[in-house]
Amino acid sequence: MEPGAGQARTPLAPGLGGAVQGIAFEEPLVFEHGSRGRCGVALPAAPGPEVASDLPPGLVRGPVEGLPELSELETVRHFTRLSAWNHGIDTGFYPLGSCTMKYNPKSSEALARLPGFANVHPLAPAELVQGALELMYQLERALSEIAGMDATTLSPAAGAQGELCGLMVIRAWHEAHGNPRKKVLIPDTAHGTNPASAALNGYTCVQLASGPDGRLHPEAVAAAMDQDVAAIMITNPNTLGIFESHIAEIAAIVHAKGGLVYGDGANMNALLGVARPGDMGFDVIQYNLHKTFATPHGGGGPGSGPVAVKATLAPFLPLPVVVKEGEGYRLVTEVAERPGTVGKLREFWGNFGMFVRAWAIIREYGPEGLKATGELAVLNANYARARLKGTYNLPYETDSLHEVVFDDKAQKATGVTTMDVAKRLIDHGFHPPTIYFPLVVHGALMIEPTETESKEAIDAFVDAMLAIAAEAVADPEAVKAAPLKPVRARLDETRAARRPVLRWTPGMKVE
Amino acid sequence: MRYHPHTPEDVRAMLDVIGAGSVPELFRSIPAPLRLGRPLDVPPALDEIALFAELGRLAGRNQVAHPPFAGAGSYPHHVPPVVDQLLLRGEFFTAYTPYQPEIAQGTLTALFEWQTFVSLLTGLDVSNASMYDGATATAEAALMATRVTGRKKIVVSAAVHPEYRKVLATYLRSTHDEVVTVPFGADGRTDLAALAAAVKGAAAVIVGWPSFLGVVDVLPEAAALAKAAGALTIAVTAEAVALGLLESPGALGADVAVGTFQSFGNPVSFGGPAPGFFALKEQYLRQMPGRICGATLDKHGRRGFVLTLSTREQHIRREKATSNICTNAGLCALAATIHLTLLGKQGLAALARLNHGRLRLLREALGARGVHPVFAGPVFNEQAFEVGDAEAVVARLARKGIVAGAPLSRWYPDHPRARGALLCVATELHTPELIDLFAKAVQP
Repeated sequence: MEPGAGQARTPLAPGLGGAVQGIAFEEPLVFEHGSRGRCGVALPAAPGPEVASDLPPGLVRGPVEGLPELSELETVRHFTRLSAWNHGIDTGFYPLGSCTMKYNPKSSEALARLPGFANVHPLAPAELVQGALELMYQLERALSEIAGMDATTLSPAAGAQGELCGLMVIRAWHEAHGNPRKKVLIPDTAHGTNPASAALNGYTCVQLASGPDGRLHPEAVAAAMDQDVAAIMITNPNTLGIFESHIAEIAAIVHAKGGLVYGDGANMNALLGVARPGDMGFDVIQYNLHKTFATPHGGGGPGSGPVAVKATLAPFLPLPVVVKEGEGYRLVTEVAERPGTVGKLREFWGNFGMFVRAWAIIREYGPEGLKATGELAVLNANYARARLKGTYNLPYETDSLHEVVFDDKAQKATGVTTMDVAKRLIDHGFHPPTIYFPLVVHGALMIEPTETESKEAIDAFVDAMLAIAAEAVADPEAVKAAPLKPVRARLDETRAARRPVLRWTPGMKVE
Repeated sequence: MRYHPHTPEDVRAMLDVIGAGSVPELFRSIPAPLRLGRPLDVPPALDEIALFAELGRLAGRNQVAHPPFAGAGSYPHHVPPVVDQLLLRGEFFTAYTPYQPEIAQGTLTALFEWQTFVSLLTGLDVSNASMYDGATATAEAALMATRVTGRKKIVVSAAVHPEYRKVLATYLRSTHDEVVTVPFGADGRTDLAALAAAVKGAAAVIVGWPSFLGVVDVLPEAAALAKAAGALTIAVTAEAVALGLLESPGALGADVAVGTFQSFGNPVSFGGPAPGFFALKEQYLRQMPGRICGATLDKHGRRGFVLTLSTREQHIRREKATSNICTNAGLCALAATIHLTLLGKQGLAALARLNHGRLRLLREALGARGVHPVFAGPVFNEQAFEVGDAEAVVARLARKGIVAGAPLSRWYPDHPRARGALLCVATELHTPELIDLFAKAVQP
């Protein structure tokens, strides 16, 4: 047990509401638990070590030293206790801008666990997996329609791999036209994955400054656009939550010089059923199924990043491709059938488990539900904006769609920063917004409520934000001391990076 | 719509606060010609009962009555119900990447445990918080090796998973790195003479452990050749249960170990998602792709965990990052962590022996009917068998609802023995009775 183990946590002042306090406990690592000889599984009788006599003796190992020895209950209690140290959407409001943390339906989980989905082997003959292929085929078509595109690949493992995929397709298209080109234009509001994906694909990045209204302007694009630019990568609405209303003109400038327009679909939730990237001049867009279609993010994945393209780019999409032949479905997996393909991006056919969940919610919503999703997401963000404006500084007055970016300028005199506000929100029972992003806003607080939150939930969040702003004036030190309620106070990230301890070892010490 | 809590009164009240007359007015920044102006052409909405009927219909069209005898990178194993029940706790399930460590200690502690499991099983110093899958982990390891060595040639055994090699080729095409594939011999093991001839000037040598053919390959010899040539050795493991019986890649000279822990806690799920892993020697830590969890102290001196060493990553370094990877496979890694905790020291060793023993049963059952292995090299739980016409056997068993295995002709069309070679796996799910039924079906 460490210092502070079991110590009572300081309650908030009455009336502030917020986080529910459970039983205080410390929980060691699984490697620090248990006792020699315990085991948490009931397997058929295993043969003894002699079963390995057909293997070269130098290549066989005994039981792995260091592995834990726990009963089933000890395991259950350990992970149940760990879970209680987490905030999730099921626990409370999660206004993490550009991450679109919406409710993950329980139905989708039950459906993804049907044996006919969970136990399908990827190399089973096509006649045994027609349902899986039909689902993929239908999902591809729906995602093409929602984006206003002609073809979709489900293969990319996450949004960032979708970006890589989209850029590979763009590169292949340029190569087919004689010149792969060298540069990609990226606005300063972009996610860090955009330049990283461009670089991984061998492109040089050229950063474009957004205008005083937070938008990208045609003049900036025209000035940077030349015959060496393969593509421009635009998030629309951008990471300020602002619609790039010059998008059609920008696309025309890029197309006129032979470039292509890539859409980062991170903020697709704002446009569902209202407008489509394919109708605005985008040639390629990637989705993030966990954002727009409510698949669980799971504390860091699995994601899924389908890529939708215009017909001219379809021949270059990665493998596999699902095709319908008569009443049956088949996977095209070999280059011989798709000579233009960029190849394979991940093993097998994509994160199929995520496809089931995304298809479930698209089927449950239907056209009206999808449109209502976009509309209510935008309503919620604008409501939060209207209530917070005046107390927190709004660096861009331009209309917001599904998210809004404030900063800590109004709190500057108190010494309270965005980080302090974020940590104090935890004491009120809320996950903080995305902070210090986008980089164009100093001290950014990026709020995205999503459509699954009620007016009361947003009101409670806004009330907490307003209370913190008042507290920053009355008692700034109290804000800077936050968070007080979670199992841990602010953690020393510098120490973690300077003296990395990245795994348990016997007698492990963190100093 | 049950996921939309807004009553008409709520919408009215919210619009009043915003100062807007209607919801469509909130979209005025989208020029009218760019708006859709019609309903999306997707199927109509379903209630919950109809939803279960429709997706149940699709699931019912997939035949899964028997555990598949195909492995080939996706392995059918028993997942104890404990794993899924813990995984489904919403606090884990519905959390985001742990950017706010004070309220993500559950995820972070479990990731630290995952990293420890990966290190212990691979025999290497450090691991990251997971990758998309084994194939991309392999490709990222190759890219890392080119950064570490300043060389542009990757040498890969033809016995490394063909799907992984395809992804490797896709990733390396953009960076103009060269991939040299060395063949395997008649025993299914990587041809060491060919490897020795190819290794000069290479950034890395990639070998399966065990290989795609199920064979316990020549990892120690390959590592020695690589080391002498100044190249890194990357060991690839798709069937991680093997690491409970076979010596760890680190102990045999690997500098990097990659692959997937799908076999622990994750169903085959038509090939995804599954947790890729990435482990390496500490000296290469700063070149590792992906998220890393580390221990630290809070301001009261209590131990806690955070994401660390993020100056390698895209959100800080942008185009100079070690990778563009962001979201990885956290929940799948958690499933593997729970399953490995249940198994523990004794359970993992027993499970690995059980798998090895079940393959022996399969080999004996097929052997009794005149069906023998294609390659003589030692194997763990997967082996290619000479069945005459593998495609025909697969088609014939499919009519009985059995996934018979993976015909090697798909990936090795030019190999002289590929036509008859059927790659089959046996795990704890393949009972002696099922193995008997299978052998009789393969060779009636």
